[in-house]
Parts: sequence; structure tokens; C-alpha cells
Amino acid sequence: MMRIVKYVALDILRNRFVVLYTLFLLLVTVTMFSIEGNSDKAILSLLNIILMVVPLVSIIFTTIHFFNSYEFIELLLSQPINRRSIFLSEYLAIATALCASYVVGVGLPITFFNPSIDTVYMIISGLLLTFVFVSLAFCAAVLTRDKAKGIGIALLFWFYFSLIYDGLILYVIYSFNDYPLEKVTLALISLNPVDLARIIILLKLDISALMGYTGAFYKQFFGSGLGIAYSIGMLGLWAGLPLILSLRRFRMKDI
Amino acid sequence: MRIAVLLFIVGFSIQAQSAIWRVGPALQLKTIHAALEKSSKGDTIIVTSGLYQEGNIRIGKSVVIIGEGESTVDGQNKFEVFTIESNNVTIRNLKITNTGVSSLSDLAAIGAENVRGLYISNNVIDNAFFGIHLANCKTSTVENNILTSRSIDELHTGNGIHLWKCQSITINNNKITKHRDGIYLEFVTDSFITNNVSEDNLRYGLHFMFSHNDEYSGNTFKNNGAGIAVMYSRGVKMFRNHFMENWGSTAFGLLLKEISESRIERNVFYKNTVAIYLEGCSRSHFSLNEFRENGFALKLQANCDDNVFEKNNFIANSFDLGTNGSMTLNTINKNYWDKYSGYDLNGDGLGDVPFHPVSMYAMIVEKMPTSIMLWRSFLVFLLDRTEKVIPVVTPENLRDDVPVMTSYDINS
Repeated sequence: MMRIVKYVALDILRNRFVVLYTLFLLLVTVTMFSIEGNSDKAILSLLNIILMVVPLVSIIFTTIHFFNSYEFIELLLSQPINRRSIFLSEYLAIATALCASYVVGVGLPITFFNPSIDTVYMIISGLLLTFVFVSLAFCAAVLTRDKAKGIGIALLFWFYFSLIYDGLILYVIYSFNDYPLEKVTLALISLNPVDLARIIILLKLDISALMGYTGAFYKQFFGSGLGIAYSIGMLGLWAGLPLILSLRRFRMKDI
Repeated sequence: MRIAVLLFIVGFSIQAQSAIWRVGPALQLKTIHAALEKSSKGDTIIVTSGLYQEGNIRIGKSVVIIGEGESTVDGQNKFEVFTIESNNVTIRNLKITNTGVSSLSDLAAIGAENVRGLYISNNVIDNAFFGIHLANCKTSTVENNILTSRSIDELHTGNGIHLWKCQSITINNNKITKHRDGIYLEFVTDSFITNNVSEDNLRYGLHFMFSHNDEYSGNTFKNNGAGIAVMYSRGVKMFRNHFMENWGSTAFGLLLKEISESRIERNVFYKNTVAIYLEGCSRSHFSLNEFRENGFALKLQANCDDNVFEKNNFIANSFDLGTNGSMTLNTINKNYWDKYSGYDLNGDGLGDVPFHPVSMYAMIVEKMPTSIMLWRSFLVFLLDRTEKVIPVVTPENLRDDVPVMTSYDINS
């Protein structure tokens, strides 16, 4: 299994796209810190970009890569290797490559510019987001044999989690505004990995805004060690569940 | 005539000649009570090192009481320690501890009623119910005292410096911690509250009502349970104060309710949940204040009118301005907003397009506080941008027509 991981990872790292992605992240991070004097503000601006770009790139790249390496996977399947290890190797290889890009492109420069606890949360949540969206991409990829359709589903996932879901939450809050909604929104937020990642970072940075009337409640929950553990656990679940589901489908699938 | 003047001076100096009484455990006068009995008007009582447990000490003569060394006057958790009943009393340099706690009367370390000309300075007041309690007093000074209480709950902790129906009082350079309200004023007029530090109090750092024409300058209010709340007063002057780190669901850097004809200038508001909350305020002037890293810099309720906000700095606040209506009866002019993205073609330092400080999301959060959860998400970003292009929800007229391009130096 490790050998497959090694070959796939080397293949991806040789791919120009990952290098470009790394350079892009590096450029954005360095620019943000150079323009903004206040490092907190730089991190906030960076947060918006990371919440958009990291999921998008992870999900699209993974889907395309999966479809492009179909023949390689078919070749491997003709060997005496079980499907599970082929699938997991693919997953690990892609996730590792993208995480490496993230660490080099964002992790190292922000640690250099702003070595603090916020930075640690920023790196952890970015890495977790990468894992989550690579999983979701695998989900999209095994659902169909058609490449265009696969990419379409992947994009839909991204749209749903970045935009549509928040709109739905806002609608729920608006409709049931007369009721105490703190716990409900908390539960709803847990169902979206992008929101979870955002809140982990935000609670470390923008604390005064979140400390408003209801903010105190969130702060009490997410600010505690338990809350942080919960969010990270939920993100882990978000990476694990789609992976398991797609693995099950891949094992049954007629390639 | 000359003789008359001479006689007057001599007479005066004879009258002013005062005795000095020394009190101490090893001296002839063992208690402050005994010294007070012997002394007459204008005398000085020096309290030397030692512990004095004398119950309630009533001061019925104009005397000066000065501590020397480590002199502690203890209320044994039962009594009000000093009760001043005469004009022109001075209490200096004492350590006063353990007053009683009562729900019927406001037991204080130093209490005074219906007097004038008090001078209370350099005392350390520890574990008191009320610290310094003045009722119906005039022209007095309270300065350089350090007051600390035990911060149990709002019922069993009194106010640090409590003034009721007073006039022309100076409260200068005191440090008040862990009381209920740090400084509490009710019906207090023409007074100066300067250079005090009020922090970690249970409720308010500063709390006043019906107190007109008072000046507050150079004070620091930090991390108080509910921040600062001031109400029903006019002619309030607040200069160069620091309002810091008042965090929480009901905390305000400065809550102004029914305040009118006041001036709030050169203050710094740093890391408060809401820096200034205005309700029913009129004809007040806010200039050269700095709002930095607050949740909301200003919450301006629609029932405020004729207030002027000019030349303030708004830097790194989550929301600059929140409001609850579409009426605009206030003037916002020439402020510095770090969120301003306009341009200045003619280079006169003033932005050429108006700035709308109320973001759409600030309106949404005001109506539905739970939605703060979506703050800084992509959706909110899109909503704010759309609203900027075509304003629908935010009040169109609530804007700064000439925002400045560089921040003001508020200390100059």
C-alpha cells in the first residue's frame, strides 16, 4: 500500500498544478502580510481566501485526478491487490500532496510572520478542510463514470457548503427568529465543515463581535477546550464519513 | 486701622493654633475615641502604628486624622468605621478594613452626611462594604485612595465611591477594584472625576444618574462586569478616558441613556463588545475618540437626535455602526474609517465619495443576534457587497459625506 501511495504522490508532486497551487497560496499569504500592517487583519483577510480556495482546489483537483488516473487504477486492479488499499492509497497520496502544498504555501509563511496560537488553529483547520474536501471529491468521483458529471457534482458540493448552506441557515434563523435558536444553530453549524473551520479561527480572532448577546453562548461552547475538541472531531467525521461511503461504493463498483 | 489689622491677624493665629494628639497602643492615648474627646476644633490626631478596633468612630469636630506607619482601623465586620458629622474633616494615610455588611444601611469605611470641606486622601480601604460614602456633601476632595472589596455578589458588595446628592466634589487618582460599582453618583453636580482607575468591579466601573455638569477625565475603566452606564444627565464632559475590555452579553464600553448637551472627546475605546451604546441622547458632541477592535463601535438607536460625531477614528472594529431604524437625525462627519475604500482625487485629505458605516449584516445581526454565527462567511460577504451597490436595507442617509483618508492623532 505504501508503495502505491509513494508512486501516486510522486506523480502528483511532479504535476505542475500542485506546484502552481503552492505558489499561489504562498503569494497570497506573503502579499496579505506585506500589505496589512496589523497581523490580525491579515489573518482575517487570509481566512476568507482559505475558506474559498482550499475547498475549491481540493475538490476539483481530486476529482479530475481521480478520473485521469482511471486507467492506472484499472491496471492496479488487475494485480492481486485489494480494492480497499488501492482506494485508500489514492486518497492518502492526494491528501498528503495537497496538505504539503498548504503547509508550504500558507503554514510556513504565517508561522514566520505571526507565530501565535491563532496560527496553529489556522493551519489545523486548513489541513482538516483539505482532508474533508478530498473525501467529498472521492464521493463525487465514485458516484458516476462520466468525468464532466463528476466534476459537476464536485462543484455542487463546493457551492452547497460555501454558499447555499449558509443561506439556508440564515433562512431558518429568519423564519424562527422568535424562538431561542442558539442550540439549533450550533447543531446546524456542525453540519457544515466550512462553517466549523471558520468558527474555530474566528473565535480566536474576532472575539469581540461574537461576544454580543448570543455570542456569549457560542463563546462558552466553542471557546472551551471541549468545544475546540468537538469542532475538530466533527471535521474529522466530515473527512471520515464520505470516505467510508465512497470506499463502500468503490468496492461494489463495476469498473 | 493698622492696629485693627494686626489685632485681627493675631486673633486669627491664636484661633488657628491647634494641638497635636498622638494615639498609639503604647502611648497615653490608646484609642482614637479618646483622642477625639480631648481634641477641639482644628486639632490634629496622629494615629501611630497599630491595630484599632473601636467599633463605629463618629467624628463630630473639625479635626485632621493622619495615619503614621502601619495604622489599621478595623470595623470587625460589624460597623461603619468612620462616620463624619462635622465640616472640614481630613482623613489621611490610614488603612481601614472589614466594615460590616447590612441590607438596611450603607455601612462604609468612611461615611459622611450633610457636611462640607472634607479631604480624604491616601487611604487604603480593604474589604469594605461601601468604600467612601458621601451623602449631601459639598466642596470635598477624595484622592489617592486604594479601595478593594471582596466581590461576592451584587447584594453583599457595595459601591467603591458612592456619592448621593453632592456638589463640587473632586474624585482624583483613586484605584477601585472588586466593588459592585466602582464610582456611583446620583444627583451629583459640578464635580470632577479625574485620573481614577476602576477595574474588575462586579457591575459598573462608573455609574451615574441625574448628575449634571460633571467632568470625567483621564480615567481608566477596565474589565467591569457591565462596563459603564450613565443615565438621565446633561452637560456631561468626558475627556481622555480609557474604556477597555468590557466584554460580555450585557457589557458596554459606555452606555448613554437620556444624556444631552454633553461632550465626549479624546477617549479611547478598546476591545469592548459595544463601545458606545446611545439611547435617547440628544445634542451631544463626540469628537476625536478612538474606537479600536470593538464588536460594535457605535450602537445608535433611532431615538437619538442632533448628536454630532466628527473626527473620530474607527479602526479594526467588527461593525462600525449599528442602528435599529431608518430615521437619521444625527450628523456624522469627517471621521476616519479603516473600512473606507473610496478615493481622494484632489488630494485634500477628504474622501470624494460618502462612506456608509452601517453594513447590511450589522442590520441583520441587530434584528437576529443568532445570525452572528455566519459572520465573515462567503454569503455574508456577498450580501454586504450587493447592499453596497444597491442599498435596500441600510439607511441611505446615515453616512459620512466627507470621510478623511488618514487617521487623527487624538493625543495632540
